[in-house]
Amino acid sequence: MVISREEIMKILEEVKDPEIPVISIYDLGILRDVRVNEDDVEVIITPTYTGCPAMLEIQKDINNQLKKEGINNFRVTTVLSPAWSTDFMTEEGKAKLMEYGISPPNPSDENDIECPHCHSHNTKMLSQFGSTACKALYKCNDCQEPFYYFKCH
Amino acid sequence: MDTNKFNYILQQADNCLILGQRLGEWCGHGPILEQDIAMTNISLDLIGQARLFYQYAAELQDEGKTEDDLAYLRDAWDFRNVKLVEQPNGDFAQTIIRQFLYDTFSCYYYEALKESNDERLASIAAKSHKETLYHVKWSGDWVLRLGDGTSESHERAQSALDLLRPYADELVIPSEADQKAAEEGYGPDLGKIAELRSEKLNAVLSESTLNVPESGFTHSGGKDGRHTEHLGYILADLQFLQRAYPGNKW
Repeated sequence: MVISREEIMKILEEVKDPEIPVISIYDLGILRDVRVNEDDVEVIITPTYTGCPAMLEIQKDINNQLKKEGINNFRVTTVLSPAWSTDFMTEEGKAKLMEYGISPPNPSDENDIECPHCHSHNTKMLSQFGSTACKALYKCNDCQEPFYYFKCH
Repeated sequence: MDTNKFNYILQQADNCLILGQRLGEWCGHGPILEQDIAMTNISLDLIGQARLFYQYAAELQDEGKTEDDLAYLRDAWDFRNVKLVEQPNGDFAQTIIRQFLYDTFSCYYYEALKESNDERLASIAAKSHKETLYHVKWSGDWVLRLGDGTSESHERAQSALDLLRPYADELVIPSEADQKAAEEGYGPDLGKIAELRSEKLNAVLSESTLNVPESGFTHSGGKDGRHTEHLGYILADLQFLQRAYPGNKW
């Protein structure tokens, strides 16, 4: 293939998480690797949660994005190991989440969660489970606004 | 094909699928919105785990079948789930007790399965273990709330425990498949898991002021395909579409 790994990564930067459209699959840590072989390109992805229904959508989006850029000879492989964790999320990804209104994972202390609206740390968990498998529902005790927290995993 | 490994994988795959289906029945009927969402989230995790196991089992089977064939086209006697997971939802307390009895097993089971000498099983376990830790926290918190709550919630939790406790030990009593898996190193020793589980179970139940029923009776047979009548009804719901319209796709 005449295309480089970096060029493919750049193209895939345009593929966003269908549920959180401000963050790319690279920032989220779903895009594990890209291998440029002699006759094709291999895109390696990993699911966040086993039952994540967005995976199929993400695969479709990768297909469409690569085809749009004229790359037709590729395959998308799903790997499980090493298991995805929030450590795979980039710092830029975490900043984008906060800006979007979702508090990013805080592996150092899951009891100290920042409110994405007023940035207070005086918050409480309402439910461990949210509108998607990866989020928990929180409430800020200062500004009183509810918000989502992206769970550590 | 390694028949024992295939059967062994189906045990856990079927546990996940059937319990996932049961929790899914709560969709739109939960006592409050957050808990409705919690149950369907856990259901989604369980069905995700079931898929990973079925995909692997279908590959081992090597007959050109897929995860869907295993989920939709086997009959009740081919299912190897324990009887606990097919028990009806009952009231919210019954669902919570059933979930807690299962979660206290699965979190230790997956932790041990991470050490499997089968890399594929180890990687499925690593992924699933993280999810299960959230599940056991949720169900454990609710056992505490219901058990140590009002007199009505306590009574309901206690009768659910009396009803379901005799189903819980099937999870840790080794079947032939479990024994061989442990001998060959791709499955954990259930004896150790039984100890860890009992410790956790008893700690939470006593904090919740619930009495563990004394009868030593244990329902079993699910791992060998002998089920309660409930499984047939679950499958009738779950498999209807593929049975009525074979090969139909979403």
